[in-house]
Amino acid sequence: MTSELLRILPSDRRENALADKKPLYLAAEARAEAERCLYCADAPCIKACPTEIEIPTFIKQIATGNVDGSAKTIFDQNILGYSCARVCPVEVLCVGSCVYNGWNKEPIQIGRLQRFATETHGESVKHGKKKPLYVAKKNASPKKIALIGAGPASLACAASLALEGHACTIFEKRAVPGGLNTTGIAPYKLHAEDALHEVEMVLGLGVELKTSVEIGRQVSGSVLLKDFDVVYIGVGLGNDSKLGIPGEDGPGVMGAVEWIEEMKVSPAKKGSLGRVAVIGAGNTAIDVARECALLGADLVHMIYRRSKNEMSGYLHEMNGARKEGVVLVENRQPVAFVRDSNGALTAVRVAKMEDGKIVPGSEGDIPCAHAFVAVGQSKLREIAAELPGVEVDAKGCVVADPKTGATGNEKVFAGGDCINGGKEVVNAVANGRDTARFLISRWLRAGAK
Amino acid sequence: MADLSIDFCGIKSPNPFWLASAPPANSGDQVMRAFDAGWGGAVWKTLGDPIVNVSSRFGAVDYSNAKMMGLNNIELITDRTLDANLREIREVKKRFPKHAVIASLMTETKNDWKVLIKKVEDAGCDGLELNFGCPHGMCERGMGSSVGQEPKLLAEITSWTKEFAKTPVLVKLTPNTGDILEPGLAAVAGGGDGISLINTIKSIIGIDLDRMVPIPRVGTGSSNGGYCGPAVKPIALHMVAALARDPNIKIPISGIGGISTWRDAAEFIALGCTSVQVCTAVMHYGFRIVRDLIDGLDRFLNEQGMKSVMDLRGRAIDAYKEWGDLDLNYKVVAKIDANKCIGCQLCVAACQDGAHQCIFTGPNDQKRPPQAHYPNDMAIAPKPQIVGKIAGNRVPWVDEPECVGCNLCQLVCPVDGCITMAEMPEDKPETWNDRVAQGRDKQPGGIHD
Ligand SMILES: Cc1cc2nc3c(=O)[nH]c(=O)nc-3n(C[C@H](O)[C@H](O)[C@H](O)COP(=O)(O)OP(=O)(O)OC[C@H]3O[C@@H](n4cnc5c(N)ncnc54)[C@H](O)[C@@H]3O)c2cc1C
Ligand SMILES: Cc1cc2nc3c(=O)[nH]c(=O)nc-3n(C[C@H](O)[C@H](O)[C@H](O)COP(=O)(O)O)c2cc1C
Ligand code: SF4
Ligand code: SF4
Ligand code: SF4
Repeated sequence: MTSELLRILPSDRRENALADKKPLYLAAEARAEAERCLYCADAPCIKACPTEIEIPTFIKQIATGNVDGSAKTIFDQNILGYSCARVCPVEVLCVGSCVYNGWNKEPIQIGRLQRFATETHGESVKHGKKKPLYVAKKNASPKKIALIGAGPASLACAASLALEGHACTIFEKRAVPGGLNTTGIAPYKLHAEDALHEVEMVLGLGVELKTSVEIGRQVSGSVLLKDFDVVYIGVGLGNDSKLGIPGEDGPGVMGAVEWIEEMKVSPAKKGSLGRVAVIGAGNTAIDVARECALLGADLVHMIYRRSKNEMSGYLHEMNGARKEGVVLVENRQPVAFVRDSNGALTAVRVAKMEDGKIVPGSEGDIPCAHAFVAVGQSKLREIAAELPGVEVDAKGCVVADPKTGATGNEKVFAGGDCINGGKEVVNAVANGRDTARFLISRWLRAGAK
Repeated sequence: MADLSIDFCGIKSPNPFWLASAPPANSGDQVMRAFDAGWGGAVWKTLGDPIVNVSSRFGAVDYSNAKMMGLNNIELITDRTLDANLREIREVKKRFPKHAVIASLMTETKNDWKVLIKKVEDAGCDGLELNFGCPHGMCERGMGSSVGQEPKLLAEITSWTKEFAKTPVLVKLTPNTGDILEPGLAAVAGGGDGISLINTIKSIIGIDLDRMVPIPRVGTGSSNGGYCGPAVKPIALHMVAALARDPNIKIPISGIGGISTWRDAAEFIALGCTSVQVCTAVMHYGFRIVRDLIDGLDRFLNEQGMKSVMDLRGRAIDAYKEWGDLDLNYKVVAKIDANKCIGCQLCVAACQDGAHQCIFTGPNDQKRPPQAHYPNDMAIAPKPQIVGKIAGNRVPWVDEPECVGCNLCQLVCPVDGCITMAEMPEDKPETWNDRVAQGRDKQPGGIHD
């Protein structure tokens, strides 16, 4: 199985050129950092983690040399604790609320410690030195659950249910599972193969995976409702939104998420990126800009229609991008993509914005060979149509109880980006896990009656 | 600069800082480098019939990455030839005539002592130290601590050495005894000119759990060793004080045990020591630590308006009292500086679980278990709720009428100066012994009717 999943990935991917920004701690580094943790009571870092990992406990376990116990503490709350450790924006979550910040001292590097515990444990299992921490229970009356999409939300939900002995089948429209963890995360945080290793761990708990099956195409929602006890929607968001300006369709212009996916899971295209223009200033825009800069683009411009202070991307990420040479162009609205007589992209034409309006006659060209549009992802509204009773709100999000994932159809639950409009991996994991916990306790109660 | 020079029963030294008889004082080269660095004296690594040492020899308590909180060794006396040591003592004294060189000795028969003393005195040493302290290896051969634990034998051997010695004789005591006064008084009875203490404490530092062999591991086994370093300082301070305040002990004391900083040294001197000896701190950080030992002590003496280190000697002895003479009406309570607090709530955990349930969080009044002395059962929260600059509303509050002033919270608070113990106005002082004398209380211990 190991090789099967990984074999899908071509070996010469563009992302290979990007090294880890926060490499795995050596054991001595981890211990020294772990010893710094104060072991706070009612710790604020726990409250800041959407999955409420017992952070002081797992850190102390690293300090005492109980790395496997530490990994268990993490996984008990967050079965995808390994990828979360690497991709979470810890600066605004756990690390950002460490008591050391207020004291003007370097906060505890919780993400790196979490990676150390989970990866060290994972490696020792892989090399047969340790047994896996979890074994799925035998369940006398297992339920059948279909999960749509193999992203973090579904994986977390399926893992928790599988541990209780329930039969989970994940349907994934892509050839590669893992959702954005595999296809979207910046490679200097997590490479596609690392995300796939984690998927394998979940499959190892007895979860079944069917790739290249899109619900609504190859298999319909009504079939799922008929064949399964519960259907879980973890479809994430849809394709990149477009600007809808002249010249957008054609070579050189691409949606940001689409391009990141290509970089992460397709064979590398030869040749330099030349000059790059990124449209947008959210976290995806910053990610693409940094990735292009690190991949050796001649110059990377980030074009944003408002000012720096209004950006939705994280400040710490933008500061990182600046150091890597990304240039932010504020208050400029793209109005057209300029192409030469052969149709090749040569520039983005931008106009100056003042008070939310284009200043007439202020247009100018920013030369580029590639432009990546990062102005959001569309919503996968169609999925709701497949499942009667499931509603979509005005923004296109599936309507679901944030605590349990319950939707308008009592057999259908939902979580992750498709209900929150696009947050972080750790939020998707929390959703998936909470739905599983809700179902498990409901079934237990029903069984007891 | 304050006068740091001392006269220790006739042994003159430019400052009170001596290398203890141990690996740092193993050879002429080391002692000369130490004197160059600023050390005032050295007690040579114990001389006697050379022995053979094992490998490995040391183990350490590594508390919170401090690496050598406590050190344990199973090393014996010198493993170098007597001739080489004598040659080097001669050379050191030639090059450093004003520094103190004391020969530590350990041998068996009266004649052995006679021969050894003659040899080291001919080599030019300024004094002798009798090693009656080594708790491992040598004691099994009837030397070291096996002498130190037998007051009669100790007095007798001391008196032999006094017969032969022309230079002052220091008796080095072992802490491995019930009451340190017994060997201390025996040293006086035997005619000793000074006392050094403590030698190392009999110990097993740990177990190699993979091999099930104690540490330090010598092949397939190990042996008990001697414990020293910062962890033993409190034990050493008590033993020094017990001797210093005894009216029958008038000879000077050389304090040893866990001294690493000028503060440690000042504490030993304030409890009556004339010189101090250091081993572990030098083994950890090298001879260079003497620079701050001298500088820090000098500045401290200047700030205290003391012209000489001798002005400091014994200053704290009188305040070392029997428990029954302590003022029972003296009361302090914990005060939290809301703006220094970082909100770790370690004080809450410590007070609630390990002390007297009088630190709380949150805006509400809280029910509390009644204490023997302060039977209020409600803790009244401050109104409005305290909000700190750093920790916001996570700043805990102290139920002052209930605080017993144990100061556990102050000890666990990671922020220096955040929790202080404030003195409360008091009635007239009263001690337990006063109460007993007035017939209002019984002697402590046992149940009286
Ligand atoms: C560029 C980018 C960078 C990001 N970086 C970070 C980061 O650094 N840290 C972080 O925490 N978060 C990051 N995020 C957000 C994070 O990736 C998402 O919040 C998270 O992946 C959401 O998980 P999910 O399971 O809800 O959806 P997804 O991860 O999107 O997974 C949904 C899966 O469902 C599949 N699917 C969709 N429709 C169907 C269907 N009809 N049938 C079958 N399968 C279907 C999709 O192919 C996909 O595999 C980033 C997002 C983007 C776009
Ligand atoms: C490795 C080692 C060897 C020692 N050897 C001797 C010795 O030969 N003679 C002796 O009197 N004390 C010896 N000691 C004890 C030290 O002189 C000293 O009394 C003790 O270590 C406490 O001081 P410290 O806490 O500064 O280390 C030795 C200590 C150590 C760590
Ligand atoms: S899952 Fe993310 S937010 Fe939670 S503790 Fe781990 S790194 Fe921090
Ligand atoms: S807030 Fe910081 S110091 Fe406190 S437990 Fe969490 S990581 Fe440790
Ligand atoms: S231990 Fe100190 S810093 Fe921590 S909550 Fe208590 S008073 Fe505040």
